[in-house]
Amino acid sequence: MAKIDVSVETNDQPSSPPSHPNTCPSCHSHYRDDELERNLWVCEQCGHHFPMRARARIASLADPASFSEEATELHSEDPLGFFDLRPYTERLAEAEMKTGLADAMVIGRAAIDGRQCELAVMDFAFMGGSMGSVVGEKLSRACDAAADAGMPLVAVTSSGGARMQEGILALMQLPKTVAAVEDLHDSGQALLCVMAHPTTGGVLASFATLGDVLLAEPNALMSFAGPRVVQEITREKLPDDFGRAEQNLRYGQIDAIVPRPELRPTLSRLLRLFNAPE
Amino acid sequence: MPPSEHELRLRERLGRLRNLPLVGGARLSGELERLQRQIERIGEEATDEEIWRKVELARHEERPYTLDYVERLFDDWFELRGDRALGDDGAMVAGFGKLDGRTVVLVGQQKGRDIHDRVSRRFGMPNPEGYRKAWHAMELANRHGFPIVSLVDTPGAYPGVVAEQHGQGAAIARSQSIMARLTVPTVACVIGEGGSGGAIAIALADRVLMQENAIYSVISPEGCAAILWRDAGQAKKAAAAFRPDAVNCLELGVIDEIVSEPVGGAHIDPDLAARMLGQALRSSLADLHGIPGDDLRRRRRARFRSLGVFA
Repeated sequence: MAKIDVSVETNDQPSSPPSHPNTCPSCHSHYRDDELERNLWVCEQCGHHFPMRARARIASLADPASFSEEATELHSEDPLGFFDLRPYTERLAEAEMKTGLADAMVIGRAAIDGRQCELAVMDFAFMGGSMGSVVGEKLSRACDAAADAGMPLVAVTSSGGARMQEGILALMQLPKTVAAVEDLHDSGQALLCVMAHPTTGGVLASFATLGDVLLAEPNALMSFAGPRVVQEITREKLPDDFGRAEQNLRYGQIDAIVPRPELRPTLSRLLRLFNAPE
Repeated sequence: MPPSEHELRLRERLGRLRNLPLVGGARLSGELERLQRQIERIGEEATDEEIWRKVELARHEERPYTLDYVERLFDDWFELRGDRALGDDGAMVAGFGKLDGRTVVLVGQQKGRDIHDRVSRRFGMPNPEGYRKAWHAMELANRHGFPIVSLVDTPGAYPGVVAEQHGQGAAIARSQSIMARLTVPTVACVIGEGGSGGAIAIALADRVLMQENAIYSVISPEGCAAILWRDAGQAKKAAAAFRPDAVNCLELGVIDEIVSEPVGGAHIDPDLAARMLGQALRSSLADLHGIPGDDLRRRRRARFRSLGVFA
C-alpha cells in the first residue's frame, strides 16, 4: 500500500492550534459576541484588549448620533496590476465583503462628550489595516477637515504598515500623511493619536507618532520592524515586552497607556485642554 | 493601423506625466523641457529580467556610495558627527561643503566598503541616532539658508532591539516632518537602494531624482516575497510585481527625473557617474534657486499630498 506523505500539511501547521476569535489568548476565557461588545472587547477576567473594529470604536467614542462619515466614496485602485498568489483586486473585494468597509480607515466629524473633533479610525480587519493610497488620502482629508473646522483630529491607529500591493505609492503615503499633519499643525489644531494593537511599520513611521499627545492601548505592539524581522536579522534575544506599549512608555516614546474603558474620558479631557469647540 | 495596446498605455502615461503638478511655477519652460526629456525615457519600460538586473546593480558591492560622490563633488567638505544626544551613527553621514562655490548641506546613508567598515556602518541601515544626526544637519541648513542635498542608499532603517527602544518609527516620522517644514531648497537622489521608511525619512524633498540603476521600494523584494509568497526565494517575482525601477517611479510621479549612469552601471566609471550626478543636482538646485521659502514649503507639501491612486 502506498504510504501517504503528510509532511507538507503537518509542516504547515501553526505551533499552537488557532483559537476562536472570542477566546482570550491571554487567559483563555471565552465570551459570546454580546458579552464582548458590552465590555468594549476587553476580557473581563484578565483585561486583555481584543481587536476592535472601526465602527465599534467610533460607537464607543462618539456621542450618540454625532458621527457623520466623510469620504465614503474613496476606493482603492490597482496602479501596478499587482498579482502575487492572487490579484490585489481580488484581495480588495474580499476585504470589502468581509468588513463592510471600503478600505482600512473610516473618517468623519464627531463629538466626544460634547466637544467637536474630526475622527480617523483604522480597521485592522481590512487587509491588516495596511496603508495604501485610500488610507493616505483619507487621513490627509481628515487633517484638512479638522483644520477648516478649527477642531482637533483624533486618530486611532491599527496597522501592519504600508500596503505592499501598491508598491512605491504605498511608501509615498508616509510623506503624504506627514505633510498633511504639518498643514494641520500650521492651522493651529492638535493631533491626538491613540495607538491600538498593532501599530507598526509605515503608520508608526508617519502620522501616528506625530501627534501632540500619544496614547496607546495596553500591550499594543508599536514597533517599526516586527519582532520576527528583528529576531531574524539581529539574532538578538528579544525582551518579553519587545515593542509593546509598556516598553514604549518606559523608554519615553509615548505619554500614556490608556485602558479602553478610560479612553473616552481621557480624550474628552484632552479635547477640553486643546479648547475644542462645543 | 489601430494603435497597439502598448502604445495606448504609453500615451495614457504621457498624459498623466504632463498633468503632474509642477514644482517651481515661474520656471515653467525649464520644467517642461525637463519633463519632455524624461518623457522620452518612458518608452524604455523594463522587462522582469531588466528589473532584477537593476536590483543587482543597485546593490553592487563596487557601486559608488554617498562619500564617493562627496569626495568627487564637494570642496571644503566638513563632516558633522553625532546626534547631540546618544551617539554617532556611521550608517548616516552629514556635513557641508561647497558645490560650485555655494555652501550646500548634504545628508545620506553610507554603506561600508570593507568588512569592518560595513559592519560598523551597519550596511547603511541607520539607527534613530542617524536620523537625529540628519535632523541636526537639516536644521543647520535651514537656519543659514543653505540648500540641502540628500543621497538615499539604504536597505532600510535598522531593525534592532535598541533601535526600537529608542523610537525608530518616530525618528523616521520626525525626519519627514522636519523636511516638510524646511524653507530652503532640497534635492534628494536615490543612488542605490531606496529601502522603505529608512529611505523616505530623508527624501521628502522639492525635487526627487533617481539614478538609472537605483531602486526605490516600499519593502525589499525578499521581504515582500517572504510575506506574500511565503518564500524569500521568490524575490525576483516580487520585484517584477512591484517594479522598484526608476522608469516605474517616474511614471507614477514619485520621482521627477532619472539621472543617467555610465553604460553598465555607476561602478564601471565612478568619476563619470559623479559628473552626471553633479550635473543633475546643479540643474535642480538652479531651478529651485530664488523661489521664496514659503512657496517651496507649500509646493513641497502639495506635491507629496498629491501622490496616490484611488477611485
